[in-house]
Amino acid sequence: MRLVNARPGRGSSLALGALPILLVLGAYVYASAQRLSANPDDKLLPSIPQMWRAFLALATEPEKRSGDILLWSDTLASLERLGIGVGAATLSALTLGIAIGFIPRIRATLGPFVAVLSVIPPLAVLPILFIALGLGEASKITLIALGIAPVMIRDIAGRTADIPEELIVKAQTLGASTWAMIIRLVLPQVLPRLLVAVRLQLGPAWLFLIAAEAIASTEGLGYRIFLVRRYMAMDVILPYVVWITLLAVLMDWILARLSISAFPWAHPREAGR
Amino acid sequence: MSRIEVRDLEKRYDDAVVLERMSLTVESGSFCALVGASGCGKTTFLKIILGQEQATKGTLTIDGAPIAPEPDPDRGIVFQRYSVFPHLTALQNLILVADFKAAGPFARTFGVRRKEARVDAEALLERVGLAHARNRYPAELSGGMQQRLAIAQTLLGRPKVLLLDEPFGALDPGIRGEMHDLLREIWDETRMTILMVTHDISEAFKLADRILVFDKIRRDPQAPTAYGAHIAHDVPNNPAKPPVAGDLARVARSLGARDNHPHQPEGESP
Ligand SMILES: Nc1ncnc2c1ncn2[C@@H]1O[C@H](COP(=O)(O)OP(=O)(O)OP(=O)(O)O)[C@@H](O)[C@H]1O
Ligand SMILES: [Mg+2]
Repeated sequence: MRLVNARPGRGSSLALGALPILLVLGAYVYASAQRLSANPDDKLLPSIPQMWRAFLALATEPEKRSGDILLWSDTLASLERLGIGVGAATLSALTLGIAIGFIPRIRATLGPFVAVLSVIPPLAVLPILFIALGLGEASKITLIALGIAPVMIRDIAGRTADIPEELIVKAQTLGASTWAMIIRLVLPQVLPRLLVAVRLQLGPAWLFLIAAEAIASTEGLGYRIFLVRRYMAMDVILPYVVWITLLAVLMDWILARLSISAFPWAHPREAGR
Repeated sequence: MSRIEVRDLEKRYDDAVVLERMSLTVESGSFCALVGASGCGKTTFLKIILGQEQATKGTLTIDGAPIAPEPDPDRGIVFQRYSVFPHLTALQNLILVADFKAAGPFARTFGVRRKEARVDAEALLERVGLAHARNRYPAELSGGMQQRLAIAQTLLGRPKVLLLDEPFGALDPGIRGEMHDLLREIWDETRMTILMVTHDISEAFKLADRILVFDKIRRDPQAPTAYGAHIAHDVPNNPAKPPVAGDLARVARSLGARDNHPHQPEGESP
């Protein structure tokens, strides 16, 4: 049978998917054991029990000075920034994206502007944000929003413009006004795509969050990682990276489920009836 | 009343002339079938009637008034594809018509009017044989069911003129027959003016009381877009009777023979 036609079943898909993860994990455990047997104080590749202890301490024991449990205060601070930043970007993608994609005069006015905005490297703007908005929350949230909004706006504008002209003509022959078409035709049709856009932009959003936290912050997941880097505390960094990964995967999964349950028409196969 | 008058209409895209010197009067309540070779401008003509495209020259009036330069409820349309809204169930697709009429900030009917709209929609679904599928999304309907839904939706808009662009082109012959019966019933009842584009000559003779054959005015083999199409043959028909053999042959010839015997451009003797 040709390679392109040999489809793995459910069980073997799972096994195949786990394989690279297990391989990397195994390689790490082996390398860590090697280094630790040569030098028990080695900090570069801590063993899994060492990391688990460090993680547990961060997740359960209050820090001496502030009394905060660091993992939770870091997570909360980071998620708040991420949530507000991504939320603002999503809202602007929805409003501006639909306006640009649907109303020719607005497209002519704002289309080129957003196109230019979207090619500015956001991190190059970070110093400007720090200078203009200070080192507080505003600049970090703005970086996230500014970093992902232009791409999302263009994505939604494109999806709006892709709505078959037949549907738009049909709506008008049924007497729909521009506003009626926006809320009854365009909005419902781009919402599933909006969720996809959010899922795709969560990666860059985390990048901007951690970059901003690394440079100027007093708490947050990115701040912690860059802080303990000075002590080569790999036993903290690695669990934090895994934790961030878990959070990101969880968000992606929730958004995917949300799309299937809220927009069954957009997922004719997954929803199944 | 919905009499369509076309006077000396011309449509060009840049240098390409699609329609040219087109004049036509369609009486109110007439059912015209539009036939012609692919690419000769039938869809373009419907788009101009819809107001989706503007004529380059000439006038087009319905009941003596120039048509609005954008689509409106006077003119209903059923396309071959993308004719219903994919994010709404069959029932919601029909209630949407009342919602659009209600307008307002939510473009939605509420209360008693919503109940009425629902009753109307359910009755119409029953009528077009989709009652059992009321809660299905278009992607879960067959092609024939989607087109029935599209026709029902368009009827709810109560257009003066019903335009159909190859509405049954993608359906198999059995379903097509059912659709013909439905369309015939609707026409008998409402006596709307109907213009239907089709590639199926037997369909045209079965349904229409007038067959309009689109063809180029002249043909220049060196410049295929130099001349536009107009109505080359205007064939009356009685859909209740079998087609007159001579008429059938005339339409078939004008459609089929063009590639074998290209007309010579004027001013150039053969
Ligand atoms: N927006 C446009 N810009 C330029 N040319 C166009 C445009 N729309 C249509 N045309 C041209 O106009 C001509 C007529 O197209 P039209 O779609 O009206 O043909 P048709 O008779 O409906 O064909 P078919 O039977 O295949 O549907 C074609 O040659 C097409 O290339
Ligand atoms: Mg066409």
